[in-house]
Amino acid sequence: MIEIKNLKKSFGDKTVIKDVSVVMEAGKCNLIIGSSGSGKTVFMKCLVGLFEADSGEILYGGQDFTDMNEEQRKELRQQIGMLFQGSALFDSMTVEQNIMFPLDMFTKLSFREKLTRVNEVLEQVEMKDVNKKFPAEISGGMKKRVGIARAVVLNPKYLFCDEPNSGLDPQTSLVIDKLIQDLTVKYNITTVVNTHDMNSVMETGDHIIYMFQGEKEWEGSNQEIIFSKSQKLNDFIFASEFLKDAKDMRMLEAKGKIDNDRNMDELLKD
Amino acid sequence: MRILTETGRFLLMLKGMFSRPENMKVYWKEFMHQCSDIGIGSLGIVAIISFFIGAVSALQTAYQLVSPIIPKSTIAQIVRDTVILEFAPTLVCIVLAGVVGSKIASELGNMRVSEQIDALEIMGINTKSYLVMPKIMAALLTIPMLVVIAGTLGILGGRIAGVSTGIMSPADFHKGLLSNFLPYNVFFALVKAYVFAFIISSIPAYFGYYVQGGALEIGRAGTKAVVVSCILILFADYLISALLL
Repeated sequence: MIEIKNLKKSFGDKTVIKDVSVVMEAGKCNLIIGSSGSGKTVFMKCLVGLFEADSGEILYGGQDFTDMNEEQRKELRQQIGMLFQGSALFDSMTVEQNIMFPLDMFTKLSFREKLTRVNEVLEQVEMKDVNKKFPAEISGGMKKRVGIARAVVLNPKYLFCDEPNSGLDPQTSLVIDKLIQDLTVKYNITTVVNTHDMNSVMETGDHIIYMFQGEKEWEGSNQEIIFSKSQKLNDFIFASEFLKDAKDMRMLEAKGKIDNDRNMDELLKD
Repeated sequence: MRILTETGRFLLMLKGMFSRPENMKVYWKEFMHQCSDIGIGSLGIVAIISFFIGAVSALQTAYQLVSPIIPKSTIAQIVRDTVILEFAPTLVCIVLAGVVGSKIASELGNMRVSEQIDALEIMGINTKSYLVMPKIMAALLTIPMLVVIAGTLGILGGRIAGVSTGIMSPADFHKGLLSNFLPYNVFFALVKAYVFAFIISSIPAYFGYYVQGGALEIGRAGTKAVVVSCILILFADYLISALLL
């Protein structure tokens, strides 16, 4: 579990994160959503220590990250995995070497044991016969999977994903979302996903935090988001007419006024 | 004001390098990789440059020494001293600032922009220690070796040029080469080589490590790294000469 209390971050005169408090639970996909410039990337970078927060607390299992010294942070970071927007795979290393790197650095396993673990995580992300390929030789979706494999190879307690679906087609995006969700539930990981992909929000959003101009505007689950009264959130999520209609349909369905499945069947008969 | 900020940040980067390695074996592997990249990778260009510098300095010295009272062996003496004192350490290091410096700056800059450095940080790795330190250590080990090789090849180039053009006999060259030889000059050249090696590796590492932006900024960082390294090499060259000679 990650508990964030009154987090603030400014760059010069501009306050980017304004007093945000939130609890990210274990075994759940915690999604941070918001339009570009809303502060979600800065927020995530503060959580992992790539930016120093100006004030507030970030508690990892009760331990305050902002109070830790460099050595303590190093230890904690071995429990953190992160998938970057551009995957951030090491260009000069093969897929196998990329995934093996954290094992090389932090474990005393033999090469055979490390290789077994690498193949195990590659299997988890449904990748085969890519061990000897370089990042430049694989597709964007495959890079994301390798990125996930590298992030989970040390069995982290916390997984951070920065825009895991950016640049991917909708089908591959769903596969990546499902992969992240499966790993989260299977290993009881506290997963924090930074996204503005609405499919991800509806499919994997166990816990959603909507950020607007550096503030937490709304918090809830993907079931609750349909009924949200927040105008800012509705404008952001249901931006197009198509999505607005879809929302209305879901609301009517949830209230029992229509049965989407039955109606669809009847329509298909015609 | 900006120069003070940059110097302070540079010193902080150097300070940040000194921490206990997470895994000595991985660091050693990276150090060896850098030794191969910087040392073996630059050997070809260093050999070509130093050989021709020696050859040209022999021919130009002979062209200027027209007096019959000056023995031919003096040419070898001048070639030896200029190569050891200046050409091998300074000129070779200026070329290396371009070859090695731009490579280090662009490599680290690309790693920064593509979030590879952030990925290492998140893993709990001290990136200054893992990425910058092996480069500086490898440069400190291999560049003085390259300078020694450059000095040897420069003198060899001078001998081949001097003898093959008939300016002097091999015996004259050997006589000049051995007369009034000061081992201190080699020490002086090595001091310069170590100082320049530090400049060549640390300055581009600094510019690459702190790149912000995209491809354009990586290019700018590479250019800036080479320019600043060359200026600092020339400045240090003057300072060392004033202090040690």
